[in-house]
Amino acid sequence: MPCSSAGAARFARRLAERNRTGGARAIKRNVAICLAAGWLGYAVLPWYGVGRDGILALAWLATYPDAASAPALVQALAHGRAWLLPIGLALALPLATLTLPREHPAFGRLLVAGGALGLIFAAIAGFGIINSGPRWGWVAAMFGDARQPGFGVGAVITVGALVMLFANGIAARGNFRGDAFIAGSLTVIVALIAMFVAFPVAGVLLSAVQDADGNFTIQRFVERILADNVWGLGCIAGGTSCGVAWNTIFLGILAAVFSTALGLAFALIATRTTFRWKKGLRVLTILPIITPPFVISLALIILFGRTGIVTGWLGVLFDIPRSRWLYGLPGVLIAQVLSFTPVAFMVLIGVVEGISPSLEEASQTLGAKAAKTFRTVTWPLMRPGIASALLLGFVESLADFGNPLVLGGNYEVLSTQIYFAIVGAAYDPGRAAMLAVVLLFFTLGAFWVQNRWLGETSYVTVTGKGDAGLTAALPRGVRWLCYATALPWAVFTLTIYGIILVGGFVHDMGRGDMTFTWRHYLTAFQVEQTGHGLFFSGSAWQSFFTTIQVSAIAAPLTAAIGLLTAWLLARQRFAGRRAFEFATMMSFAIPGTVIGVAYIVAFNVPPIEITGTGMILVICFVFRNMPVGTRAGLAALAQIDKSLDEASLTLGGRSATTLFRVVLPLLRPAIVATLVFSFVHAMTAVSAIIFLVSARYNMATAYIGSRVEAGEYALAIAYSSVLIVVMLLSILLIQFAVGQRKLGRRAPAVSLGTA
Amino acid sequence: MPKSGPSSVEFSAVTKRYGTVTAVDAVSFTIEPGTLVTLLGPSGCGKTTTLRLIAGLEIASEGTISIGGRDVTRLSAADRSVSMVFQSYALFPHMSVLDNVAYGPTVSGRRKADARAMAHEKLDLLGLKGFEGRMPSELSGGQQQRVAVARALVLEPEVLLFDEPLSNLDAKLRRRVREDIRELQQRLNLTVGYVTHDQQEALAVSDRIIVMSNARIAQSGPPRELYEAPANPFVADFIGDANLLDAELLSVEGARAQVRFGPVVLDLPHRGAGTGGIKLSIRPEAFLLSATRPNRPCIAGTIAKAAYLGAHMEYSVTTEGGELFVVDRDVMRPIAVGSTVWIDLADHGVTVVPV
Repeated sequence: MPCSSAGAARFARRLAERNRTGGARAIKRNVAICLAAGWLGYAVLPWYGVGRDGILALAWLATYPDAASAPALVQALAHGRAWLLPIGLALALPLATLTLPREHPAFGRLLVAGGALGLIFAAIAGFGIINSGPRWGWVAAMFGDARQPGFGVGAVITVGALVMLFANGIAARGNFRGDAFIAGSLTVIVALIAMFVAFPVAGVLLSAVQDADGNFTIQRFVERILADNVWGLGCIAGGTSCGVAWNTIFLGILAAVFSTALGLAFALIATRTTFRWKKGLRVLTILPIITPPFVISLALIILFGRTGIVTGWLGVLFDIPRSRWLYGLPGVLIAQVLSFTPVAFMVLIGVVEGISPSLEEASQTLGAKAAKTFRTVTWPLMRPGIASALLLGFVESLADFGNPLVLGGNYEVLSTQIYFAIVGAAYDPGRAAMLAVVLLFFTLGAFWVQNRWLGETSYVTVTGKGDAGLTAALPRGVRWLCYATALPWAVFTLTIYGIILVGGFVHDMGRGDMTFTWRHYLTAFQVEQTGHGLFFSGSAWQSFFTTIQVSAIAAPLTAAIGLLTAWLLARQRFAGRRAFEFATMMSFAIPGTVIGVAYIVAFNVPPIEITGTGMILVICFVFRNMPVGTRAGLAALAQIDKSLDEASLTLGGRSATTLFRVVLPLLRPAIVATLVFSFVHAMTAVSAIIFLVSARYNMATAYIGSRVEAGEYALAIAYSSVLIVVMLLSILLIQFAVGQRKLGRRAPAVSLGTA
Repeated sequence: MPKSGPSSVEFSAVTKRYGTVTAVDAVSFTIEPGTLVTLLGPSGCGKTTTLRLIAGLEIASEGTISIGGRDVTRLSAADRSVSMVFQSYALFPHMSVLDNVAYGPTVSGRRKADARAMAHEKLDLLGLKGFEGRMPSELSGGQQQRVAVARALVLEPEVLLFDEPLSNLDAKLRRRVREDIRELQQRLNLTVGYVTHDQQEALAVSDRIIVMSNARIAQSGPPRELYEAPANPFVADFIGDANLLDAELLSVEGARAQVRFGPVVLDLPHRGAGTGGIKLSIRPEAFLLSATRPNRPCIAGTIAKAAYLGAHMEYSVTTEGGELFVVDRDVMRPIAVGSTVWIDLADHGVTVVPV
């Protein structure tokens, strides 16, 4: 080695020395920061929320520290809220660690004890007393008729600091290889999931067995759940209609069967025929992602409603009387099949493409004709894919809210019944909770069936080996069957989307008035030039800006939490990893209406009193869409050689450094996918947020829903078209902003596995 | 060359368990400073886990690991002064060659200019001047590996580890890279841990070899000792090819013993074996074939299979003592399948194996 390296070598030695102590220093520094934040939140900042203007308005400073704006320490000592005192005592415990070396056994123990005790005390203080008084008898016995508002910025910062102190404590005790970053991220994610998924869902389950005064009454629950309007079978016996549970299942099965059949026909045409426009079929897959709710139903009403275009023709041509046949099972079913067929297509095209051509070639070389090969080889290999498309269609139908709301008529399903039990004239949160429990069990049951059914059989035909060969052509009969089902449906879909495109620009398509007009766009999106600059006078602007804002805030948060979770799951080993994975996937399986009900039940009272704010919308989106980020991240991480992480570690990069410098740049495709999905989904979701919107924070879909209820179809369609354009533009923008990962010509090192 | 001086690596009774599976079972060994020690064994024997335990990528379940006399058992990889060259090289595909090599000093808080200077120095050392701006995917396999070595050396670690470094190179390149690694190790006086499953590679580069089997050390020692005096049948078979055959130890006299193998009586070191049935390890090249019967006692056999390998012939010979695997340098006069041959034993390559 050249002599010039003398300095470098000396430096490297010092560096190595510093590196050895780096882990210890990192934890000591973290603890100091957490303690500072904790005490700032506890002793300086307002503990409770300071009114609708928020902390940044600084209006609270004028009266600080009175009973509304005082920090917890002052609240406890001067304003008679003694239940906040134990939190301070717990926060004092870790102060002792500032004088201890990191290796001292008491160091970690003090942090864990302080953090855990502080969180327990904060939970008791927060949940024990709400704005109407103590929640539990023993709290009332201790503090009398105490009241308090919801947590504010001080409480949030203190609780966050307590969580981080706890995490640093368990890292200091040698868990997670002493890595505070991993311990911290894991603890924070677990705490967030507990707070925003487990706690509200548990609340729904509980309120289903409580009466109006909060007493447990299993009897009332049993009464409710066995009620005739849930499980009644009147439709079979004749006369009355069936219970809402049966309706939901029946609709789910029909929608699943039809959308899977059509999806399969499309998938076979796209992969196994020489059909000319089959590339166009792939465009289908993007449609359900960017279609706002309600519009398909609206287009159907415009076509087949009592005054619809087709209804009119039929009346003129064949003398068929106008009727309301669309409202009810037929209309909802058609709308759902239109919505879910592309999803089934997406699932099945992967399955059909995944069947190795050599298997079919093997069958043919053994003397089987095309029809026999299809029946004995191709079809059995597709069965698991078909099963999963069926279950997906079923679950989607259960969760669907927009279509039954518009087209349901007297055909009642669970998701809309839950909604009416909350917002309707017969306000009955107990019934809503009970129906939510039924819906939740149906959905989880479907996922369970899928796991049991598909989890055990493996039909892997995509192997690492190169697999040349030609896919078998479809037997003639199957081919014509596919054309006959899929092509009319494709034309129908195009018509529907054509109506959505045109509907906003004509006076009243529903009544056949097809003269061109800007009227609807002006009503919704008018901008006026005034003396004080631009004035957004259109009726849609408010919800539009809220939607963009909420989606833009939620998307990066979703991506961050989702991908961090994926990285923890894929790259770290820790006890309870499986349970953690299950918990993160949980919120995806829960139907939106259930989440909506759960959130208003849980977050309408202190300590987390956020209904009616924009924050609850953001939180709802983040935790509903986070599993998508996790799945995308897991899939992407499986492609990235683990030794890249390890190489970074051996070069002195800690886990956080490794994540930011090595893993994230390689995860760009997954980041794009998650950002796009969560942004777009936040713009099209309706089932959960329809419960959570407020006059101040309205969302586009909720606004469109209200226009539909008011019968202003053209306005709703115009707004939806704008949303579609905005979504397409944002997808392009995100692609452009995050960019592709730069790997040079080829990337052998990424995919090489270690032996 | 001014340097901190290489460090030793010491394992004492180190165990690594994953759930109920024991990957490394109470293993103890020492890598002396400035030596290259190979961990050799079949896949699944625990050699890679052992290497990762040195690096800190796995944390030992029991036992202590020290590097340079300091206990590092509980330290994570980032806190140890150990670098590793990965089997897949693990070059960061989104960084240029220079950024890859400068990664270590950069994330350790060095100024960018200093980090780059350190990287340039190591790239020059490995003959990669001019490649700094390339992406890893634009390099050949051999070049990628040299970048990986430069990256591992840049922080001048106390210990350098290689995980099967030759497995992704083609056969021609392997010998050269293997020589380069050995030369570099000796020139820079590095302490190196090296994992391979290829016994020839291990014999060629190592100061010492640790043969592992079923999570334990089967034998450790200099290459020659392992080849010439295998401690057990596993090592005899794993290092080079060996015929493991039943023989009878007749009598012991000092360090040597009379051993009867078929009609042949040999005078060999007894290596602790007592009289009675023993195992003999006979290297394939230690059998001397002749087409005519010599006038000494020797083994008779029939050629069952014959293969021409350019530099030598390989035969399977059926004898009363069992099937023998024989290597014969005489390619000019191959022996036809079915011929009867007489087999004598050379005075090397025959060892009593303690069972």
